[in-house]
Amino acid sequence: MAGTQYRGSEIKDVNQFMDDAKSLESEREQEIGQHIGYRYDVNLVPDYKHITPYLKKYMEIMGWDDLNWLEDVHMGYEEGNAAVFDRNVNGWVRVPSDWDLPDNQQDRDMMAREFLLKFQMSDRHPLSSLRKAYMKF
Amino acid sequence: MASLSSTELKKLSQEERVTALGMRTEQLTGRSMFIEFDEDAEERFTYPWAPDVDYNKRTEIDTGDMTETEVNSEIRSLMDQGYGTIVIKDPRGKHSLGVGILNRLNLIFEGSLGYFGVGLIDGPNVRINGRVGWSCGENMMSGTIVVEKNAGSTFGAAIRGGDLVCKGSVGSRTGIDMKGGSIIVGGDTGALSGFMMQRGRMVVCGNAGKNLGDSMYDGTIYIGGEIQSLGVDAIEEPLSDLDKAWLTRKLTQYGLMPDKGVDHFTKIVAGKMLWNYDNLEPTEKKLIL
Repeated sequence: MAGTQYRGSEIKDVNQFMDDAKSLESEREQEIGQHIGYRYDVNLVPDYKHITPYLKKYMEIMGWDDLNWLEDVHMGYEEGNAAVFDRNVNGWVRVPSDWDLPDNQQDRDMMAREFLLKFQMSDRHPLSSLRKAYMKF
Repeated sequence: MASLSSTELKKLSQEERVTALGMRTEQLTGRSMFIEFDEDAEERFTYPWAPDVDYNKRTEIDTGDMTETEVNSEIRSLMDQGYGTIVIKDPRGKHSLGVGILNRLNLIFEGSLGYFGVGLIDGPNVRINGRVGWSCGENMMSGTIVVEKNAGSTFGAAIRGGDLVCKGSVGSRTGIDMKGGSIIVGGDTGALSGFMMQRGRMVVCGNAGKNLGDSMYDGTIYIGGEIQSLGVDAIEEPLSDLDKAWLTRKLTQYGLMPDKGVDHFTKIVAGKMLWNYDNLEPTEKKLIL
């Protein structure tokens, strides 16, 4: 089935996966009943014109000239909701539904970075409990 | 599973085949973690358990007669004492030095490292004034590593985030299975660089060996010199203005900006022809095998 052509579909709009959670556009996607590929452009590099004060402060504290690992964090979409993938728990973290989403992906990505960072560094993050239970050193 | 013949398997439905073959179709959706995110929580920039360190508090340790474990334990102990800048003298090419540091820290190695140097780190800024062996920065999560001389093979294997920089040349299979982050090479890279890359960015200012980006799933590779050959499903794409701005910023940051700028870089991405994951695939594959 693979190796001859791309069988997925292209992302057309920033709200695509919120307006149409399944987004089954190509013939193959309809056949298998699932969207092929990411729900955002993983290769989109950040535009630093959109950076937030919180992220600037983070860069300063860490001694970095840029967003470092956060360059790979984007606003994604899960079941029609805005969500951020948290690599530390290998799962999606949904953005609170009462937050207003900006109308462009760059601003949404900055929001996702700030949201993920605040969550990962808090005591409420599951990694804190896991560390207490399993840490070796 | 072994007791069923191909004919018997063909008579079964999709779901029955999957079960009979010892597999399950697994929906990755519907696993949202219902978080208790507190918008009013105290602002933090490091993990709750990370020791508070001061970059201006500096110390040096001579590691010539120490074992790898002793060196790594000493680094942790110094962080607990608040040291934010640690200089490791005389590392003598020991393996696995500086691994698993999950905090902000300036770590400087005055010499060369062996295999798997500074792997699994999440936060520190590392400078290595020497060479490194295989798999430097393996599984790195965040931070920066700058190697002043050359690096061995599998540089940045399975890296997930951060900047991994080698100012010299690197061996083969650079960034194999990389899942994020940026690998930047001032010189050349060997064969099979970017093999099975899944995301992230690789920049090579010099030449690339055979089968560049072979079976890459996603991510971006920028090559400033010649490419000996492209791997399966790796294709060329035009540089965008955002790419050029990103390259200029990153290369300037690490003092690797070529005199002629970045317009000559070749951008390589996945052709996505190999994207064959879906609910039907496991059974199909098994039946073919």
